[in-house]
Amino acid sequence: MSGGHIHALYRHGHGPLDDVAPQVKLAATLLFVLAVVATPREAFWAFGVHAAMLVAIAIWARVPLGFIGKRLIIEIPFLLFAVFLPFVGRGEHVEVIGLSLSVSGLWAAWNVIAKATLGAMASILLAATTQVPDLLKGFSRLRFPRVFVAIMSFMVRYLDVVIGELGRMRVALQSRAYKPRRIGHARALASTAGVLFVRSYERGERVHLAMLSRGFTGTVPEMASAAVPSAHWAIGAGVAALAAAVAALGWVLR
Amino acid sequence: MHIPDGFINVPTSAGFGAMSAAWVWYSLRRVGEFLDDRRIPLAGLLAAFVFAAQMINFPVAAGTSGHLIGGVLAAVLAGPWMASLVLAVVLVVQGIFFADGGLSAIGLNVFNLGLVAVVGGYGVFLLARRVLPAGKPMVVIAAGIAAGVSVILAALSFTLQFAIGGEADVAVGTVAAAMVGVHSLIGAGEGLITAMVISAILSSRPDLVYGYTPAMEPTHG
Repeated sequence: MSGGHIHALYRHGHGPLDDVAPQVKLAATLLFVLAVVATPREAFWAFGVHAAMLVAIAIWARVPLGFIGKRLIIEIPFLLFAVFLPFVGRGEHVEVIGLSLSVSGLWAAWNVIAKATLGAMASILLAATTQVPDLLKGFSRLRFPRVFVAIMSFMVRYLDVVIGELGRMRVALQSRAYKPRRIGHARALASTAGVLFVRSYERGERVHLAMLSRGFTGTVPEMASAAVPSAHWAIGAGVAALAAAVAALGWVLR
Repeated sequence: MHIPDGFINVPTSAGFGAMSAAWVWYSLRRVGEFLDDRRIPLAGLLAAFVFAAQMINFPVAAGTSGHLIGGVLAAVLAGPWMASLVLAVVLVVQGIFFADGGLSAIGLNVFNLGLVAVVGGYGVFLLARRVLPAGKPMVVIAAGIAAGVSVILAALSFTLQFAIGGEADVAVGTVAAAMVGVHSLIGAGEGLITAMVISAILSSRPDLVYGYTPAMEPTHG
């Protein structure tokens, strides 16, 4: 499962991409990923261009490629799944080192691996160059529903608190020599989750009271102006347009 | 595990994305009807709880482990509309912040886990509660059955998406058999854990369980 802490996703160390408005980065990332997914699988060169764009942006943003590589570990379960496809695919089969593999299955596996990797790299780059509160502002400036963004804000704000709480309960279990082996041993984990829910709920109530006593009226005011320099939109539109052009050219040259 | 980019083609992803967006919009309206801003922090904390609960791995069999999805758990605790919103928020955060699940597949994932698993599972919960006698233990059993079924429903929903726009030439029957086979095991774990978590919460704070009201207790005498 996606482990870890949300503040660790952002890479401290300031690069030029950190200053680009979050709504621009968010929109450009979504459009870029859509363009990647729409690229025909036969156009190997097009995936090369997409990857080169991401690498160029990472270098410009001063995000080390090793950082992206480490975060790509989250993708491994998907890749393992893709490995099965050549074995269960239909149609023509080829012999590869003694194994009979489906040609269409190999294409499908390549398709998933290439697109999932590029998509994950794009969102890692987004999270690495955008502070969490800014990313949330990006959502609301892109006109995501107010309540949806508000729920998301509270979730990411308290995620580390709730996960920390879970961690402390795990330590408590382990220090009492808890080692789950069979499904019957899961009862202790279930009551852990139950306690975690009750504590989260009660924390939610306290948070709301604390907010009311500080004058909360339903929306969190924005401190900075939401105006975006047109150069930012130009960068975002440029990246999205380039990726879309590569995808379209891939279909033409097929 | 969530669907990555490149597994389902763009038109299908877009179609399911539109359905998911409409569903989230409708859930927002339904939640807004009877809930005020007081519930926003609670919904956020519930989302953080679901995210954390998904990190708890439980042993399934012979060294393998599974983790919760939490759709029915959230629906029994907070109602189906709130649960849909919470699952959608969790999936968007996992996709965009954690790169877990493809960005182009968020609509597909929200459809499977936020709509099919939550609404289908909650339907099974209501049905089971109607069939079973009243009382807390029966609420626990109904939640367990519903959670188990919800996982299989989500697996079938994925199979449907794959049949419409899968980017691999694999027989739909093979995909369905593999998905349902694997998810029967995961569903058993999901059902058991959901039942145990609901049981634990019912024994300490029954007032926090949406799917249970004290009026359900059997009347004595």
